[in-house]
Formats: sequence, C-alpha cells, structure tokens
Amino acid sequence: MSPIAFLEGILSWMPESLLTITIIIIKILAIMLPLMAAVAYTTLAERKVIGYMQVRIGPNRVGPKGLLQPIADAIKLMCKELIVPTGSSRFLFLLAPVLALGPALAAWAVIPFGAEMVLADINAGLLYVLALTSLGVYGIIIAGWASNSKYAFLGAMRSAAQIVSYEIAMGFSLVGVLVAAGSLNLGEIIEAQRGPLGLLNWFWLPLLPLFFIYFISGVAETNRAPFDVSEGESEIVAGFHVEYAGMAFALFFLAEYANMILISALTAVLFLGGWLSPVSWVPDGIHWFLAKTGFFLFLFLWFRATFPRYRYDQIMRLGWKIFLPITIVWVMVVAAMVVWKIPPWFSS
Amino acid sequence: MEVFLHYIKSFTLWELFKGLSLTGRRFFDKKITIQYPEEKTPQSPRFRGLHALRRYPNGEERCIACKLCEAVCPAVAITIESEVRDDGTRRTSKYEIDLTKCIFCGFCEESCPVDAIVETRHFEYHGEKRGDLIMTKEKLLAIGDKFEEQIAADRESESRYR
Repeated sequence: MSPIAFLEGILSWMPESLLTITIIIIKILAIMLPLMAAVAYTTLAERKVIGYMQVRIGPNRVGPKGLLQPIADAIKLMCKELIVPTGSSRFLFLLAPVLALGPALAAWAVIPFGAEMVLADINAGLLYVLALTSLGVYGIIIAGWASNSKYAFLGAMRSAAQIVSYEIAMGFSLVGVLVAAGSLNLGEIIEAQRGPLGLLNWFWLPLLPLFFIYFISGVAETNRAPFDVSEGESEIVAGFHVEYAGMAFALFFLAEYANMILISALTAVLFLGGWLSPVSWVPDGIHWFLAKTGFFLFLFLWFRATFPRYRYDQIMRLGWKIFLPITIVWVMVVAAMVVWKIPPWFSS
Repeated sequence: MEVFLHYIKSFTLWELFKGLSLTGRRFFDKKITIQYPEEKTPQSPRFRGLHALRRYPNGEERCIACKLCEAVCPAVAITIESEVRDDGTRRTSKYEIDLTKCIFCGFCEESCPVDAIVETRHFEYHGEKRGDLIMTKEKLLAIGDKFEEQIAADRESESRYR
C-alpha cells in the first residue's frame, strides 16, 4: 500500500516500535474520521430521505441545502448540560454511552475496505465482529438500569430480550456464510465470492434466505424501525436513553448510526462480495464497497419510512419461530451444497 | 389453497415489498412543502386572524357597547365596560380581548350589529411580555385604522353570502 510506505518514509527517523504505533494510530484515524463524518451525515440523509418519502423536503435551512445541519446539531448537543438524575447510579450512567459506542467503533478494525485495506487482518474476524456487536447491548441495558426510571428500564428490558433473540438467528446466518467460505477471515470470505460470473458468484444467491435474515436481524440488532421497541417514541418516550441529555445522548446517537453503517458494511462484505466488482470489465476497489454499504444504509432509512413498529410479541415470534428454523434448515442446505460441490459457487 | 397462498405471500415478503414500492415511488414525487416565510398559502377573505375595531368614515368609532360579542364569546375572552358620552351616546370605556383565551371562532364578528369588531387576515403577531396579548381598545382601534382598507374590501367581497 503506497500511502503507508510514504508515511513510513517520512517517519523513518522514529524508533521501530514508535513507528509501528504511529502508523497504526494514523490508520485508525483514517477509518474513524470518515466514519464519524459518515455518521453525522447519515442523520441528515435519514431526515432527508424520510422527508422525501413523505413528500416533504426535510431540513434545508442550515447552510446550502441544509448541508450544515449535522454540524449545528452536534454543536447544540455539545453545548447542552449533561444532566445526571438524582436517583441514578452515576458511574454506570456515564459509563453506558461509552459502552454503547465503543464496540460499534472497535468492530471496524477488521472490516476490509479494499484488497489490502484492513486495519487488523486477523484470522477470526467474523467471530470478533459477532462478539463486539453483541457487546453493544450492555450499553443499552446498563443505561436503562442506571437511569432508575421506569421507561428507561422497560426500554432496556425489551432491547435486551430482542437483541439476545436476534443474535441467535444472526449467528446462524453467519454460520452459513463461514460454511460457504470456509474461513472466518473477512478478506478470505470476500475472496471466496470471486468468480467468473461476477455478482452471481456472490453469496447472496446461494445464501438468499440467510442474506435476508441477516440484514433483517441487523435492523433488529441496531434497534431501528420497525424493530425499535426499545425506543418506542410513542409508548415509552425514548426508551433506554430517556434520561440522557447533551453529549451522553449524542454518544448513544453516534452508536446507533455507527452500528447501522457497520451492519450495512458487514452485509456488503458477507453477502455482496465487499470490494469485488459485479461485472468483470470494471475493476474492483473500495468504491464498490462504499456503494454497497451505501445501498444497505439507504435500505435502513427506507424501512424506517415505510414500516410501522412491530408489536413486542410479534418481534419475538419472528425471531424464534421463523428466522431461527429457516436459518438452521438453510445452514444444512449450504452444507450439502458445499459437500456436493454445487457449481458455480462451490465447484472449486 | 388459501393457506398455501398465504404462506407464499409471507415467505416472499410480498406485503413488505408492496409497502416499500409505495414509499419508493413517493420518494420521486414533487414535494408539496411551502417554504413559509418566503412562500405563503393562499388566504381566504374570510380568514379569522387578529381582531380589530373599526370606525365609520367620519372617524367615529362603530362600537356602541351593546355587549353582544361579550355575551356570545364561548371563551369569555371579551370584557366590555360602557358609559354615556357627553353627546348622549353610549360608547365603551373599556374593550379588551384576551388573545390567550380567544379561540378565533369569529362569533363576535357575526354577532356585531354595527360591524365594529372584526377579525382581520393578519396572523403574524406576537407578544414579548405578559399582557402583550391582552388587546385593549386603543390597540384594537389602531389595528382597525391600519388595515381598514383590506377589512372593508374583504367585507365587501363576502357581503353577498352574509
């Protein structure tokens, strides 16, 4: 990777260990800063897209075409007072938003943006991602418990039950992916989807039910509409973050949107071949990864503009009685396809 | 068969795709938002906005303190006190409308036998301290003087239906 070589050239006066750390920090910044910008502008995109779908315009006053709206929102939230309720557990109350945001950002370490563009090319990347996305629920549960408020607690309970339920279906669809790819490394999963047929070689086709279930579970995992019972604006106000104000609230917001982008990126990597080009005459590259991620991100917003919230028992029914059986059956189908080397996906 | 079709529908997510296609189509529709301070919706001559007390062309105030508006007001927002002037006519000494109580129903205007109290088309006003929205007789007369031309034109255009 030439930019890294260039950086190493400039910083060659540093001792070896310091150089390694500096390069890693620069890489982290190169992921984090665009990600933060993307999160900020996802909030604007959401308001715009939902507005357009409701035949409205959406925010258009701050800056040209409303493009500075996220900046204004961020400044507003930073200037606001951070209120800690009297009855709350102060330490946990302030720890919760950090716990929500941390895993959402840390999971980005293993996402391959391009052929060589990955921060940590570890061999169990998929496992790492699964572990970290599951950790996010602690932020929500602790926030709901530490607030010492009935609405926050209700939201946290719902959220915990929901995430635990969908984690299983999600895990099983990931099992399907790793059976098909034969690897836990995200880069190798993408390479396994390479083939002469372009987009027909990607895993979305042989793993179609798992693809749908993974993305829908992802929507449920991020507590987005139509699975937003943990927030439930119209019934429990704002759910688990009802007592939060200012920057602590902003951290929950950041975590939610970072998680959305993460799930979009993961779906693109696992089922749509990440940075692979859909047709052979266009080169592979990060632009494909970004386009696919953007597509799924748009789906998140589209869902929110379209579907009413599921009732709580409907969510549980969908997770346990529909998604779980389908994934288990399809994992077996995928295993059979791999064993009998069904072309064009598993012929090699 | 019915059951079978139901299963097909739910497994292909038929209803969900239908919903998505609806919002998807609306995404490209022409947007109907009115950019408020720059653009405004058309207004009816019967618009019921800020109140005004009118005068006759010779400058004499119309209100004769009959208190019909005070009686008809469903929100009890009008307070009137009257006295007999030196020339022997009855006039109000106090005429107040509390706009924080007023529901802008227009009954006062309808009940007035001399077309003294009217509701203008003006609706962009505000108060900055307590009491600013209690319209006194002076304020109401001033509003009437300011908008008399439009008030008269609106009454004229609607007179056929009264």
